[in-house]
Amino acid sequence: MTHRGERVKDTGVGQQSIIGKAMATRDAYGEALLELGKKRNDIVVLDADLSGSTKTGKFAKAFPDRFYNIGIAEQDMIGTASGLSLTGKIPFASTFAVFETGRAWEQIRQMVCYSNLNVKLVASHGGITVGEDGASHQSTEDIALMRVLPNMTVIVPSDGYETMQVIKTIADVYGPVYVRLGRAKVPAVMPAEYEFKIGKAYPFHIGKDANIIAMGIMVSMAIEAAKILKDEDIDAGVINMPTVKPLDIEILLHAARSCRLVVTAEEHSIIGGLGSAVSEFLAENVPVQMRRIGIKDSFGCSGKPEELLKLYGLTADDIVKTVKEALKKWTYDTL
Amino acid sequence: MKKRDIGFLRQQATRVRVEILKMLTEAGSGHTGGSLSAADVVTALYFYKMRHRPDDPSWRERDRFILSKGHAAPLLYVVLAMTGYFDISVLKTLRKIGSPLQGHPCSKTLPGVEISTGSLGQGLSVSNGIAIGLKIDNLSSRVYCLLGDGETQEGQVWEAAMTAAHYRLDNLCAIIDLNGLQIDGPVSQVKAIEPVASKWSAFGWQVIDIDGHSIDEILNALDEAEKIKGKPSVILAHTVKGKGVSFFEGKVEYHGIAPTRDELEMALKELEGNGQ
Ligand SMILES: Cc1ncc(C[n+]2csc(CCOP(=O)(O)OP(=O)(O)O)c2C)c(N)n1
Ligand SMILES: [Mg+2]
Repeated sequence: MTHRGERVKDTGVGQQSIIGKAMATRDAYGEALLELGKKRNDIVVLDADLSGSTKTGKFAKAFPDRFYNIGIAEQDMIGTASGLSLTGKIPFASTFAVFETGRAWEQIRQMVCYSNLNVKLVASHGGITVGEDGASHQSTEDIALMRVLPNMTVIVPSDGYETMQVIKTIADVYGPVYVRLGRAKVPAVMPAEYEFKIGKAYPFHIGKDANIIAMGIMVSMAIEAAKILKDEDIDAGVINMPTVKPLDIEILLHAARSCRLVVTAEEHSIIGGLGSAVSEFLAENVPVQMRRIGIKDSFGCSGKPEELLKLYGLTADDIVKTVKEALKKWTYDTL
Repeated sequence: MKKRDIGFLRQQATRVRVEILKMLTEAGSGHTGGSLSAADVVTALYFYKMRHRPDDPSWRERDRFILSKGHAAPLLYVVLAMTGYFDISVLKTLRKIGSPLQGHPCSKTLPGVEISTGSLGQGLSVSNGIAIGLKIDNLSSRVYCLLGDGETQEGQVWEAAMTAAHYRLDNLCAIIDLNGLQIDGPVSQVKAIEPVASKWSAFGWQVIDIDGHSIDEILNALDEAEKIKGKPSVILAHTVKGKGVSFFEGKVEYHGIAPTRDELEMALKELEGNGQ
């Protein structure tokens, strides 16, 4: 998928070393923050006693004067970040996704979004691949919680390289942004020539039978699924939709008009996340047969990440099965 | 309440530590430091102080234990198993898929767990609610709530502290595991919480300061708290994170990692060698 050795436009962060590398998106965040900190001194980083896990610890070590550990006090952290933004700083506030978006939701609504502040919320441990810690620490509702807020931009990168670009980009764009990162290592999926832009999706391929719209770790699953489907003569496209809000509606219109089935895939509840966003838009514009792959209105549980992905139906095989069944039904219904 | 037998309780506390270490090693992940630091306090509660019926976990008149610092789940699981809530062999399923022993306590999967915890700072409010409910029902049951020292950085803890004092919840006893460490470092460096005693007493609580590893002091404190009328009590248990295993003691790194097989072997030798 990646094109090593190609000339890459330098977007200013040390991304060269990351292209094609399997890594956790939170690790890429650690690197990106460090680079940003070197380039700009208006970047200030906050954490809530999880700097080792969110990887803000790297920034803390390099720039101790611009790092504030607020302790186990997520609501206080968001308020403090809001205040910092009012003095012209660009605060990046990080903790686990469930605490960042859940515990501090109303602080985010009232302070950050209502006043449209330049606060960057970058959370790690999104989804169920948090693993053994169990449901209390797995975040399966964060996208829904952030997407519903006016002024908020919501981004879910799919690999380390994309994460690097996302972090660099949001520092340059005014306004509240939520970025969801993961704990577990993920394969590299984005090609070297890829350039992240807010609100722009990346189509690997547009399919004539089905199109799979995915975010985060589900992008690599969708790519795998499309390969399997191809062997069975089903032309399935894959679109990486890193910006869940605002959606890339151009590509959605194109994808929906090109095929018989749109499938969304996310490591998140099927309520309120990418699946909801896409179906809301398509229902009003290009009604098309749809399926949503995600967590089906339940909490997660303890287990190894791979076991949990299987248990909750989030593997490439699950995507394949969903596509085939939906296409069969479509054929039957239209006979 | 059971017989006040300090030697017996010490022995149980050592066994509790042994089981915690074994189950964590088997799981390969989990919270070692904060389970060991609170082991003496929780042993004293389950084996001495609390009125409870392991064969009837929802007995109406039971005393309640709320593990607000939910990451110390291994400790809770071990005392529940050792007092007979479930078979001790279940301990080895900790954190595995399908196990009732979730990474953080889940009341839906495990009888004996009063409420699911894991997100810090919320247990004291729940304890208040239970304490009020018990008073409404004219029950003399008591509520014990265990918090971490880092956990008290959460604002909700202080909202709850105010509520408990306002409603004079003398059937409530909070215990703070003052082990001095959280995840990112010493509590004093991450975000200082001192002066702890005067904060709680300014909030209207009876403060009892003890060595959280002295069974004698723990028992005295629990008995004393029960006699306080008209206000809630808080036991400030000064402890050592990782207590009982020299190479875990006071080490911030051992907050959230499990012992390796080799570490387990050495730890068990040390604990058994103490002959407690
Ligand atoms: C609301 C919330 N924020 C963050 C965490 C992550 N976390 C788990 S344990 C912990 C540190 C707890 O420190 P302390 O309360 O001192 O516990 P102990 O030392 O007894 O283990 C943190 C930050 C959490 N579980 N809940
Ligand atoms: Mg502590």
